[in-house]
Amino acid sequence: MSDAIRSANDTVANNTVAHDDSVFGAEEMELNFGPQHPSTHGVLRLKLKVDGERIVDCYPIIGYLHRGTEKLFELNPFFQNVPHTDRMDYVAAATNNLAYVGAVEKLIGLTVPPRASYIRVLLCELQRISSHLLWLATHAIDIGAMTPFFYCFRERELVLDLFEQYCGARLTLNCMRPGGQPFDLPHGWVDTCREFLELFPAKIDEYENLLTNNRIWKKRTIGIGVLSPEVAVEYGITGPMLRASGIDFDLRKAMPYEIYDQVDFEVPLAENGDTYDRYLVRMEEMRQATRILEQCLDQLPEGALMAKKARVLKAPKGGEVYHGIEGPKGEIGFYIVGDGKPIPHRCHVRAPSFINLQSLPELVSNHMIADLVAIIGTTDIVLGEVDR
Amino acid sequence: MSDREPPSKPPSEAPAETPTEPTASVPSAEEEAAKKAEAAAKAKAAAEAKAVAVAKKAAIEAAKPPWERDAVTPTWEEAGEDPLAVAMATKFGEAILSARSYAGDLTLEVELGSIAKVAAEFKARHGFTFLVDLCGADYPDREKRFDVVYQLHSFTSGRRIRLRVTTDEETPVPTVCEVWKAANWCEREVYDMYGVRFEGHPDMTRILLWEGFNGHPLRKDFPVEGIDTGAAIYPEYYEDEAGPITGTGTGWMQPKPPVEADEEAGE
Repeated sequence: MSDAIRSANDTVANNTVAHDDSVFGAEEMELNFGPQHPSTHGVLRLKLKVDGERIVDCYPIIGYLHRGTEKLFELNPFFQNVPHTDRMDYVAAATNNLAYVGAVEKLIGLTVPPRASYIRVLLCELQRISSHLLWLATHAIDIGAMTPFFYCFRERELVLDLFEQYCGARLTLNCMRPGGQPFDLPHGWVDTCREFLELFPAKIDEYENLLTNNRIWKKRTIGIGVLSPEVAVEYGITGPMLRASGIDFDLRKAMPYEIYDQVDFEVPLAENGDTYDRYLVRMEEMRQATRILEQCLDQLPEGALMAKKARVLKAPKGGEVYHGIEGPKGEIGFYIVGDGKPIPHRCHVRAPSFINLQSLPELVSNHMIADLVAIIGTTDIVLGEVDR
Repeated sequence: MSDREPPSKPPSEAPAETPTEPTASVPSAEEEAAKKAEAAAKAKAAAEAKAVAVAKKAAIEAAKPPWERDAVTPTWEEAGEDPLAVAMATKFGEAILSARSYAGDLTLEVELGSIAKVAAEFKARHGFTFLVDLCGADYPDREKRFDVVYQLHSFTSGRRIRLRVTTDEETPVPTVCEVWKAANWCEREVYDMYGVRFEGHPDMTRILLWEGFNGHPLRKDFPVEGIDTGAAIYPEYYEDEAGPITGTGTGWMQPKPPVEADEEAGE
């Protein structure tokens, strides 16, 4: 996919810094980066060991946004935990909701009606688009491209409007319940969504016009933060980061949940595993999300929204499940242990940002500090999810 | 008005009708047999009616779409015959304590000391190159109160399995950092939240909470409202878990009284 574009501009140099100690004899210095720094996308703190501008070592320090969500999960009945999941990855609440309610349904043995399943996939794919748009906006502005920020937020607004029409909230959606969907699509929602889908592919082209062949963009991203497939698997990386390294693993295809086996879409892959490839993969993912949305709207069945279930959901004592789905940032999964009570005994979150961030020291070593900003952007972390 | 029935019979009339003389004669054998047969026929008819009703209900239930049926809660099933479980059991013998599955997920319970070896075997021989998740859990009623749970994924077979070891507050768990690098932060999180140490871990420090924090918050006996460890904002002065607990009041942020004092008061 990227080779043709790459060869279009063959003058892009290799960005890794050649280093020769003998020239300057400079000392290594410790530098504190964050937690209050606009390009760390939240409260990430990095202890850097730098040699001039070159990063020798990097030690991430996290936990500044720790709110004890997993402890809170152990206090509330199953359905009351859904709002807590919104607050973890706060730019992709719908996928968090789906991962959680999916785990609860697996634990209790509920079957979701098809219409509810379709609505869930609609919300999740819209959420993927909005999350990737936010990522592109902030990533581009980190690297110095101002315009995509405004363009992306313009379209993200339309997605958030769709969420608002559905459930009244724009970010913390709380839009799913164990067993199905709390409400049907409102009147006119499908038409509004179709309007958005007609308009959106042209907008993706617009972003790509600004960036994909842009010399500065390529210079700042090609060869930066290269993640080889072996290292990616070793670190448990998932999502667009893994696929940019060439590994074809997408839970929507590998272990289809909801109705993903009934829609036709492709999993975009790249080969080089650098920042530029991750950018291309995410752009293509937005196009594929549009395709999935169109098919869902065409196939949308009528019918029930909620499965037959007890008023108070009780998990079987000792029952335990792990359920993971493909979120915008990677695999988000929930490990839930039941206790025979309406509250979970243990509820652990497999947060994709947390696991993906672990590879940061490996990615940034031997890069410039300015590239560190690009690499943090490309890992697409949300600190609310890292720290939980 | 006229077609209405009288509201109720006057009570004086009622006793006049009720006394009926019970027939004193002993029932004959024939009569008894007839009664028995009648009762048996009745019971049979009732059973048949019940069976019909049950069948009807089952048919209605079966005709319903799956989401309108009653939820079928999964249960634990023995999975000793699973090829993976068999392979592991032959290789490691008693180190594999049990193999069960819940909702289709195979779970192997592994003896504490051999988890690193078992993990390495899973990675090298069975293609489980991907550590999806590693987390802890606390069961305070048990003698070995902590679980450490590993979720593995294989790209070759597309299969997921779960490993589990149990440990107490003292015994460290062998690290799997050398098997999967992904385990590094996850093990630090388990240590942070439960106080379970991992032997051989390159950096066994807290990850989400600050150095000097007292206690491990996901343990079931840790107060939900939290404890005030304000003084630990100067971690360089305190060893891990040695930060002072400040405050003496009874507000929601104040610590619970020390455990020893509680016990004394109880006795």
